[in-house]
Amino acid sequence: MAEELHDEKLKQLEEKAEQGRELLIQTLLEAGSGHSAGPLDMMDVFIAFYFHILNHDPKNPDWPDRDRLVLSNGHICPVRYVVMAMADYFPLEELKTLRKLNSRLQGHPHRTTLPGLETTSGPLGEGLSQAIGIALAAKLDKKNYYTYVVTGDGELNEGNIWEAMMFAGKIKLNNIIMIVDRNNIQIDGFTEDVMPLEPLRAKFEAFNWHVLEVDAHNIRAFVDKINEAKAIYEKPTVIIAHSIAGKGVDFMEKDFHWHGKPPDKEQAKIALDALRTLQGKIESEHK
Amino acid sequence: MLNPNLKLNTKLFDTDVEIQPTRKGFGEGLLELGEKNPNVVGLAADLTESTYAHLFAEKFPERFFEVGIGEQNMAAIAAGLAVSGKIPFIASYATFSPGKNWETIRTTCVYNKANVKIAGHHAGVMTGPDGATHQATEDIAITRCWPGIEIHVPCDAIEAKKATIASVNTDLPVYLRYTRDKTPIITTEETPFTVGKMQDFWVTDNPEVTIFATGYMLYYALVAAKELEDEGFPVLVINVATIKPLDEEAIMRFTGHTRAIVTVEDHQVQGGMGSAIAEFLAKTNPLPMEFVGLQNTFAEAGPWKEIIEKYGMGVKSIKDAVKKVAGRKNK
Repeated sequence: MAEELHDEKLKQLEEKAEQGRELLIQTLLEAGSGHSAGPLDMMDVFIAFYFHILNHDPKNPDWPDRDRLVLSNGHICPVRYVVMAMADYFPLEELKTLRKLNSRLQGHPHRTTLPGLETTSGPLGEGLSQAIGIALAAKLDKKNYYTYVVTGDGELNEGNIWEAMMFAGKIKLNNIIMIVDRNNIQIDGFTEDVMPLEPLRAKFEAFNWHVLEVDAHNIRAFVDKINEAKAIYEKPTVIIAHSIAGKGVDFMEKDFHWHGKPPDKEQAKIALDALRTLQGKIESEHK
Repeated sequence: MLNPNLKLNTKLFDTDVEIQPTRKGFGEGLLELGEKNPNVVGLAADLTESTYAHLFAEKFPERFFEVGIGEQNMAAIAAGLAVSGKIPFIASYATFSPGKNWETIRTTCVYNKANVKIAGHHAGVMTGPDGATHQATEDIAITRCWPGIEIHVPCDAIEAKKATIASVNTDLPVYLRYTRDKTPIITTEETPFTVGKMQDFWVTDNPEVTIFATGYMLYYALVAAKELEDEGFPVLVINVATIKPLDEEAIMRFTGHTRAIVTVEDHQVQGGMGSAIAEFLAKTNPLPMEFVGLQNTFAEAGPWKEIIEKYGMGVKSIKDAVKKVAGRKNK
């Protein structure tokens, strides 16, 4: 179990999430290409993972007993890179190299390029299977680490996901926890228009999974759900994390056009101002 | 004559030559690996027995995973196991793996440098009566273009076992190609096997053409060589057991005297073993070549030996190709 999330720690994590969103906008602007919506909406979840949930050591990323965090929808890797840098896996300065030549921060994650990545991902639908393999290895080696896997929701269109869901259900794999970023958008539009997923809970349940749902922007609730998932012994657990695509930047929120593009300079300025003032609620320190 | 230094099967040309399927060599090799190395694990996609993976599955049930009919899932689970220190072997028919799951293997195994061994079974037109849907005739082409992969195509069941066992000598992905029906045992337990080395199985004093053959088709090439020799037309026959990395030094050495080549494989001629040799020679030492294999067509259902003849891959076709390329050389 993760340590108790007391009020002071929660406040720290929420502040880190805001800081992470700023870094993210700056990183995307510098990169000049990449994805905005998914990274923004998964920021709270990744902050919760790296600063509270994961049993890990940034200075020893290959530590055999570490928890594994698999990112299946590799295109949202900017959120992972930003939070890894904040957690001291590498210098914050290196974020400026994202998507550039000779960088360890590939446009989609490449395991052997950057210590701390567990898989190579980008082509969708492959992360759950890889996470299952990692979790199976834990069983074979009698290790207690958890394998977490974050997937998109549009990604669930891929057949491979359902092959993997069937298999995890078959073997009652209980050391894996899947988090679906239910932000309701994909490149061509809203998920329910492109390829309806609902009733998503019922689909997972029919595949013999335990299903939890949570607000992806409520860090305390998310941590509670992770602890609840760990208490489920007889099934794999999925947490459907309901998120607001582009969370934190009002002109990006819930707009699928921001799935696959970065802000330009002017948009980034507006976004950063919005983030720094908590959508106008406070005065920016950076004016 | 058969190269006496390689301790080959002296009964090769007898009518009662021992025959075994190369897939059996896979099963026996995997079983032996399982006994030697606790990190070796097996996965199959509803084809456990026909890939001979059942030998491992029955002995090591805790290290064997039946994933059902889902080759993408199988490959990516294997990648996860591999990055966690295991050595997974994934077994299916080559049309499905590495065919259907090509991109999954590319991303999660090859680009990811995950130590996964891909066992592609029922390769080639030898899969006969099932028809072209199940005859993998492009698998060498689609794996050969992957950076960093090793590709082995054993010529008989004994070599298949050796290649399977040798595949764990690298920490990178390996593609192993096996075939279904029983074919002549060409080698013996004593025949040397080294990953990445071509060997001259048929030798003669003044060869006019060099035949490079891979997989069980090596037997056809050897029969052709024997008949050609009887007809006063000496050739060399080289066993290409490893297609990648390509034994470039051996290609130069074995063609230095003949300066004409025939390649023989149960695969499309585009992108196969012959193409690999042609790519190398085109930039170093261009030589006339003829390619025996499927000529830009799908085959059809039928007894495989009849398919081999109908599609121009049999002994007569090899001999014709040898004479044709010799004629081109002399022009």
